[in-house]
Amino acid sequence: MSEPAAAPARLELRGITKRFPGVIANSEVSFAVGPGEIHALLGENGAGKSTLVKIIYGVLHADEGELIWQGEPVRIADPKAARRLGIGMVFQHFSLFEAMTVLENVALGVDDVTDLGTLAAKIEQVSKAYGLPLDPRREVHTLSVGERQRIEIVRCLLQSPKLLIMDEPTSVLTPQEVERLFETLRILAQEGCSILYISHKLHEIKALCDRATILRGGKVVGTCDPKAETARSMAQQMIGAELRTPARRAGTVAGQARLAVRGLSLPAEGPFGTSLKDIGFEVRAGEIFGIAGVAGNGQAELFQALSGERPAATADAIRLDDRPVGRVGAGGRRAQGLCAVPEERNGHAAVPDMSLIDNVVLSARQRKALVTRGFILAGRARAFAETVIKAFDVRTPGPTAAARSLSGGNLQKFVVGREVLQAPAVLIAAQPTWGVDAGAAVAIHQALLDLAAGGAAILVISQDLDELLVLTDRLAVINGGALSPPLPTAGASLDQIGLLMGGLHGMAEHVPAHGSAVADVA
Amino acid sequence: MSLDAMVLILITVISAATPLLYAALGELVAERAGVLNLGVEGMMLAGAVTAFAVTVTTGSASLGIVAGAIAGAVLAFAFGVLTLSLLANQVATGLALTIFGIGLSALVGAGFVGIPVERLPRLAVPGVSDLPVLGPLLFGHDVLVYLGLLMTFGVAWFLKRTRGGMILRAVGESDVSAHSIGYDVIKVRYLAVLFGGLMAGLGGAFLSLSYTPMWVEEMTAGRGWIALALVVFASWRPWRVLLGAYLFGGVTILQLHAQGAGGLFGLPAQVLSMLPYLATILVLTIIAAGPWRGRLNAPASLGKPFRPAT
Repeated sequence: MSEPAAAPARLELRGITKRFPGVIANSEVSFAVGPGEIHALLGENGAGKSTLVKIIYGVLHADEGELIWQGEPVRIADPKAARRLGIGMVFQHFSLFEAMTVLENVALGVDDVTDLGTLAAKIEQVSKAYGLPLDPRREVHTLSVGERQRIEIVRCLLQSPKLLIMDEPTSVLTPQEVERLFETLRILAQEGCSILYISHKLHEIKALCDRATILRGGKVVGTCDPKAETARSMAQQMIGAELRTPARRAGTVAGQARLAVRGLSLPAEGPFGTSLKDIGFEVRAGEIFGIAGVAGNGQAELFQALSGERPAATADAIRLDDRPVGRVGAGGRRAQGLCAVPEERNGHAAVPDMSLIDNVVLSARQRKALVTRGFILAGRARAFAETVIKAFDVRTPGPTAAARSLSGGNLQKFVVGREVLQAPAVLIAAQPTWGVDAGAAVAIHQALLDLAAGGAAILVISQDLDELLVLTDRLAVINGGALSPPLPTAGASLDQIGLLMGGLHGMAEHVPAHGSAVADVA
Repeated sequence: MSLDAMVLILITVISAATPLLYAALGELVAERAGVLNLGVEGMMLAGAVTAFAVTVTTGSASLGIVAGAIAGAVLAFAFGVLTLSLLANQVATGLALTIFGIGLSALVGAGFVGIPVERLPRLAVPGVSDLPVLGPLLFGHDVLVYLGLLMTFGVAWFLKRTRGGMILRAVGESDVSAHSIGYDVIKVRYLAVLFGGLMAGLGGAFLSLSYTPMWVEEMTAGRGWIALALVVFASWRPWRVLLGAYLFGGVTILQLHAQGAGGLFGLPAQVLSMLPYLATILVLTIIAAGPWRGRLNAPASLGKPFRPAT
């Protein structure tokens, strides 16, 4: 597809520029996608990929530049106009309605619905033809993430799209689900449908895509053939710098158990929650223990139970350095040496509208003695905030800046640093590098490795398997609120972990017979 | 208690339930679209006073009913401009709307206090209306009572069976998703809020033209708030709103009759007149604390402001 001049490209972008207050999301972006081509749009978080595809789908409008559809300049006013042209989109954060049925969700995204009975038959027909099993009568909140994605894909396929946009489709899938998705996409491409595939996962792009356009800071910085590149060379184009890998300590010393969880059960909170079922594991001094799993399988509940936000039924269910802490609240556990970094930065780990100084006081007041007799020691608090900023290279005007004003990666470095510098005995980190750029991710990983090397026990709950494989000594998989027995990370295969992750969703019978597309992760 | 007395009581229960039914159905539609409008009481009062004033001035009750509905919708439109276009806080704006409605209706209605108006005519069907028990119970009501029942059916059918209803529910479930698929979230919400205003206005019109055919300041006496509670009680389902409205209507009539009979179990009349409100608080508490709260079915985007990016 290197010479699209012969036939007009399916879609061509010419000089697309989009500005938001204070930031240029896209600057003079130009590239073309040929018919039947699987084209990757590659870039870090914040590189402008999502903005760009929202412009193509008519959700946002470009300030400058042209969209050329099959040789004709077009103006795409809204998603309906995009669908009329034959553009379908699968969103990163799905555009689904939890309390409604699969059928209703599909109907909402299809413009010419005659009656729901016919549509249901069509859904079953399309989902069978492309190997995407779906029951139209189920309500969305009862479905796994992989099944939810199928709804979005089927919704697009019903309109026989000429261009399918997929925004980070695999970030929530098990390796086996990824493989099945790729099969579907390859069939579609063979039928002539163009696919614009957005991701920052290089091994996926190597496995799937014909061509890649690389974005950095809103600009196109290169085009390449992913199959001819190495993951490393693409990563360096993507971040525009040499890629560091975290230095791993030599052998792990298995010390004594610092965090011991036994028989931890917790009822679900709310209709869409997961209850924890008899969870048990130990994390030893110097060890990093990983918990993998597809989102929504009890990770949030486990984090709340361990951090102390929700007390356990018995004090003995959670032991910290052999002291029972199951009935102790979050503040008490922190005082005793158990610190936690929640997944959501804004609103859970940090109060968005409060300054960084106030945010360190909220978490470190006991361990860093920032409060005495109800009064905040402003000097000490400021000094600690400045220490965190310096040690973790947090880019901010200063410690009085509001947490909200920091970029995702910088705020994450700040909240991780705030906990790590309290020298905890046990650190619980949920998705510690979710949505942060590669540079910040390396810094956070290094901080966790260093903390473990100093004798702390660390628990990392993450959906990012690559991260767990790099960081952890042992890992277990959470599925439907139950935890698998732990595996040593060094001996675990991706297929093995993937099967555990898919466990309850009936994935076991769909193991791909040939080599997994994600086997080249490491 | 004789059969005739029972029938009389049931008829008054239906009457007492009707204004609640209107207001709650309207609020249900607004909330299913994701908008929490706490101004129901204010919109009902605007409807009540407008319907009464127009009926007295023109002599036409039909014009009065239409005017009452429009008055409710006008207030709802103001609420929409503030919360949907200008993104004001929905709770604060709703409370302000109620206070505004109380004041405005008192001002407009000042000249109409003490003026009598003819009660809405009961629809008599020759022959059947004279049947014992069933006759008066099923055929002895005015047009607004039947319209209320029809609206319950209509709202249930619209929400469950039509594409418009599906889009409305989708907007209330996830405004962001609905927007990214290409629906005009703000437009859908405006329409839902306006419908809520129309219905609250009709509820008010029923109060001042049929239930107690006169105008008294603050004559809604908290029914707007009970209607809000009813929507939660009904877990946002139209048929349960109907059930709830009859239940609360029943409690209202019960306390009236108990007062008339000189008290119940020796309780003073003031305690009895608290009953509907106590029942509201009790029901809301049980719903919020009970084991079934997980299945409450509240629209996920309820009360959240939405600003589309462009």
